[in-house]
Amino acid sequence: MNCEEATKLMDGYLDGELDPITSQTIEQHLRECHKCDQAYKTHGSLIRAIGNATPYYKAPAELRERIQSSLREEIAERPTRNVARDARSLFLRGQRGPRTVPSEIPWNWLSLAAAIIFAAIIALNLVPRLQRPGADQLLGTQLIASHVRSLMANHLTDVASSDQHTVKPWLDAKLDFAPAVVDLASEGFPLVGGRLDYLDNRPVAALVYQRRKHFINLFVWPAEPDATRSTKALTRQGYQLLHWVDSDFNYWAVSDVNDKDLQAFKQLFEEQIAHH
Amino acid sequence: MALLLKEEHASETEDFESDPKIVKFVVVKKREEQHHSPKGELTSFEALMLPHLDAAHNLARWLLRNEQDAQDVVQEAYLRAFKSFAGFHGSNGRAWLLTIVRNTSYTLLKKNRAVDLTTTFDEEIHGSGHESVSPATILEHSEDAELIREAMDELPAEFREILALRHQEGLSYKEIADIAQIPPGTVMSRLARARAKLKECLAARIGKEK
Repeated sequence: MNCEEATKLMDGYLDGELDPITSQTIEQHLRECHKCDQAYKTHGSLIRAIGNATPYYKAPAELRERIQSSLREEIAERPTRNVARDARSLFLRGQRGPRTVPSEIPWNWLSLAAAIIFAAIIALNLVPRLQRPGADQLLGTQLIASHVRSLMANHLTDVASSDQHTVKPWLDAKLDFAPAVVDLASEGFPLVGGRLDYLDNRPVAALVYQRRKHFINLFVWPAEPDATRSTKALTRQGYQLLHWVDSDFNYWAVSDVNDKDLQAFKQLFEEQIAHH
Repeated sequence: MALLLKEEHASETEDFESDPKIVKFVVVKKREEQHHSPKGELTSFEALMLPHLDAAHNLARWLLRNEQDAQDVVQEAYLRAFKSFAGFHGSNGRAWLLTIVRNTSYTLLKKNRAVDLTTTFDEEIHGSGHESVSPATILEHSEDAELIREAMDELPAEFREILALRHQEGLSYKEIADIAQIPPGTVMSRLARARAKLKECLAARIGKEK
């Protein structure tokens, strides 16, 4: 690293926002270059001092009260969509009905019944639509949790081997399906091992690959028979998730590598499977 | 070789698939019940968002440089946030709220004085007279809150915003990128430019005082 590059990255280094490898390279440069080291120290102490002395504008107490009362006004103004109360008022009117206007009773009951049927139709149409994003979100959270846990608890692999012919039989024996296992070491994604995991209410295979210092968890389980072949990329809490489906399996790759690397990984993986 | 799903287990797989749907349905329903009554929704909104009132006010105050405008914007932002609260499913309430505060502030800034938004810098004022001021001299003055406030108020809005978010809220680059709606890679360079300009402004003020 030269001085120009080090200067460019100095603020990121100061804020502790660089990846470990770049940080180390800068540290190395600062040890070797007295000029940059001085500049870094001066810049750092100055920025910290300014940051600490910058006036912080706390919210005055009356602002909190103003906000709270405006929020209360807001809900008071909302049109009441409280179905339960509407139904009850209909019900009460119906009870009073016989003494005053007898013909009103069936009318009200009819409209109540119609309202219930209408609500049921809407609900039946809406629920499946609501359910999908909810289900995906839940799965996404589970995937990230599994990935993080695998790195945290020193339980990355149940079977640690870069040999696909060791990992595959091991997984096949534990699962009710036989996922394809390929080693991508020559393409820069060495296979580290395999693990059993539990996702989406079923046991799944987790294949662990490495990309430089980063790990990729590839979760595999059988696809639904009618599943469409699709690819989906998500970013959540700083993790990249990549989902695809082939004729046999559902794949979810989770990692902290960048999106491009993960896409490349998917492509290589698919190519290798096709060759097998 | 990609093996086909073993025949004898095909039916089991289908069973697996029907189960999760029931579980998920319950989860979705529970969520809706929580927000069913407006009162309940307000309670959870306040519990999640009012703790960030100081952060919201501080950001608006730095962006608008005016106490009255800042308070109006924060109130407006809370109202907007409440209206779209149903769409908030994340875990970072502070970043979500600050994004709304920031957008509301910019709407007002654009309406009032469009000039302020761009990163133009008056070279006549800042171009000369402070070359002689050393970092050590700036450091001596760095506890002067009034001086820093004046220098920071001179900066363009995008610099005031990024400095407040990083120095005062201690937000990560990722969070800043989300709030300021810029690519994560831009955060570091913008922050570096903002800090350099702030140093320049401080130096200019100290130079003038001399």
